[in-house]
Amino acid sequence: MDFNFKEEQLQLADALRRWIARDYTFEVRRAIVASPAGVSDTAWATLAELGLTALPLPSSHGGFDGDAVDMFVVMQELGRGLVVEPYFATMLGAEFLRYGTAHGALLDRVASGDLKLACALGERQSRHDLRDIATRATRATGAGQDGWLLHGEKKVVLHGAQAGVLIVSARTGGAQRDEDGITLFAVPVDAPGVGTPGVATPGVAIRDVRMLDGQRAADVLLRDVRVDDDAVIGTVGSGWRVLEAVADHGAGLLCAEALGAMDALFGATLEYLKTRQQFGVAIGKFQALQHRMADMYVHLEQARSMALLAAVRLAGAARDPADGSAAAERRRAVAAAKYRVGQAARFVGQQAIQLHGGMGVTDELPASHYFRRLSTIELTLGDADHHLARFIAQPAFYDDEEAA
Amino acid sequence: MDLTYTGDDLVFRDQVRAFLEAELPADLRHKVVNHLRLHKDDYVRWHRILARQGWVAPGWPREYGGPGWTPVQRHIFDEECARAGTPTILPFGVNMVAPVIMAFGSQAQKDYYLPRILSCEDWWCQGYSEPGAGSDLAALKTSAVRDGDHYVVNGQKTWTTLAQHADMIFCLVRTDPSVRKQEGISFLLVDMHAPGVTVRPIIMLDEDHEVNEVFFDNVRVPVANLVGQENRGWTYAKYLLGHERTGIAAVGRSKRELARLKALARREQKDGAPLLRDPLFAAKVADVEIELMALEMTVLRVLADAHSAPGPEASVLKVRGTEIQQRLSELMVEAAGPLALPFDPAYLEGATAHSVIDDDFAAPLLPHYFNYRKTSIYGGSNEIQRNIISQMILGL
Repeated sequence: MDFNFKEEQLQLADALRRWIARDYTFEVRRAIVASPAGVSDTAWATLAELGLTALPLPSSHGGFDGDAVDMFVVMQELGRGLVVEPYFATMLGAEFLRYGTAHGALLDRVASGDLKLACALGERQSRHDLRDIATRATRATGAGQDGWLLHGEKKVVLHGAQAGVLIVSARTGGAQRDEDGITLFAVPVDAPGVGTPGVATPGVAIRDVRMLDGQRAADVLLRDVRVDDDAVIGTVGSGWRVLEAVADHGAGLLCAEALGAMDALFGATLEYLKTRQQFGVAIGKFQALQHRMADMYVHLEQARSMALLAAVRLAGAARDPADGSAAAERRRAVAAAKYRVGQAARFVGQQAIQLHGGMGVTDELPASHYFRRLSTIELTLGDADHHLARFIAQPAFYDDEEAA
Repeated sequence: MDLTYTGDDLVFRDQVRAFLEAELPADLRHKVVNHLRLHKDDYVRWHRILARQGWVAPGWPREYGGPGWTPVQRHIFDEECARAGTPTILPFGVNMVAPVIMAFGSQAQKDYYLPRILSCEDWWCQGYSEPGAGSDLAALKTSAVRDGDHYVVNGQKTWTTLAQHADMIFCLVRTDPSVRKQEGISFLLVDMHAPGVTVRPIIMLDEDHEVNEVFFDNVRVPVANLVGQENRGWTYAKYLLGHERTGIAAVGRSKRELARLKALARREQKDGAPLLRDPLFAAKVADVEIELMALEMTVLRVLADAHSAPGPEASVLKVRGTEIQQRLSELMVEAAGPLALPFDPAYLEGATAHSVIDDDFAAPLLPHYFNYRKTSIYGGSNEIQRNIISQMILGL
């Protein structure tokens, strides 16, 4: 048993931390958030230079074969630094592409930093249930026409407007909430639309929206968008296992990011309690506040334990759509982690704001920005209730006979 | 990052498991897993079984008769004992007074007491709390006044666990009332059979006799029973508090209790289906299960950091560990529902084979729930633990 990070992991974390302290300060970030693009090409180039875009990709495509624990280290630092670049969306997209065979060229471009991805999964009605898909994919018809036509609307697509290729979940069969009949597509944002009588302006329409955590999300409208057969990731109609596995992978990354954000927010709060004076003493001398901090600390450590557990289970789960015991372990650990980290994010986030007093509810201090990011993470790829229900639905929950 | 046990650890686990399967008497296991009351003989019997194997004091150095296990092996042993449902080894001798004697006691004290602790020749209890000194332990008043080769001890200790069985008590006593309160305290070993020692039961909310008041009326204690130096007792007591590491989290026990809770919730029905299928109840069970998963990882993280001195992380484990234990005991009562209400002391004491309401599973649950309210109060209340976290870890 070994809970230490490897030397290379520590060095990478250190390099990221130094870059953020020097070039991605709170004020630099503020300007990026306010810019029309909402992201920084310079910052992206640095992330690629540091090897981050290549880190989890296979060496056959210019990557470094990093695993979920390597990514834990990276996401934790990005969370600590409140980085708003489309790294998470791109890495999640790349994880999808690895389940296919026809997307090596895209992976090459992701590894080099040349291509950003986004994942268009959720819809107006789906809330946290990613199998709830109304977007349809139908066979293209007509002379010489192979491929598929996509039609539907995707909501809150993280960094959708900053991406070159979208991963789109669509229905090629089954009813709206079935696990069967889901197919995943890699769709270039400039994929052509097919003129159909009654359909206005065919093609991909993307509307960029800023979220209160400073990151971008998009509405993506797909109107008879035509893609080739090799746009399909994996097998037609059986995309659910992949979608679920990649969503788990993403939830694991978000847990790590949340942990970094909580660490930083907790540290800032502790500092504030030691410096802010009232009634002639540092307010951290008051027991009511001390005990609150102790409770936040317990939350933080428990959340850290679960985020680490999820990373290790994700690293141990093979990219195998077959549903083995490693997949069951992964599901259980990720559901537990996203639930537990979500609880901690809410408690630590809310209490950190409270302990900062009036300053906590201003835009001026980083504290509220951490809180906003944590609140966003809570609502991304399944909230606490969603993952608790998932945890309960695993066979291991009901059938646990250990030592009974 | 690797969360798996090594091959050697797994071999060790299998050895422990095989030993427990062969050596744990079925009647003791029955009492433990069913929350029935253990008698003195039960504790002593199990203590001596482990002592014969050389496993009764996993934390002791080899030179004093410890098995020389690594922290991970000690953790595995604790886990396996809890999983099997062994009685606990009471901490007062093995884990509390012994480390203090080893660190600060005289050679004569080591030679005399340590072997008797290993063999359970002496039953020890702890004389810390007093009516006026609970969380503020240093306010204690029991006095020890030097008279030739003896101290004369007068005063009262309270909440003394299982003192009714005890042969010896280790006490914090005031030897100098004129200095700052922490500086006038000494650590004294007192014979419970000495003239002037009186034990009076305190009956608790589950109507069990587990703790006592202990009165000292001009009790003469040989000066040879002073541990270390006079007036340094507070330092030794703090050493002892810092000695606890991860066992306090009681993860293994809580895993056993969680499994039992689920078994009960599969048996009980709600709306024609097992209670464990009820979304409201399942959510509560899942919540505590996830908290326990997290705590187990937190314990392993502390263990893996074995080079650091045992310290304030134990406070995190104590707070969360006891909260989980209490939550499990509470959910078991909820699961049993009204069947938990009839009180059956004869069954709890082992005087009858079955409970009067013919539900052996449910009968002990309410007393157990009531009893476990103690866990967030004893061993430094959870509020004191929060003080420790905020002061020692966070520097507030």
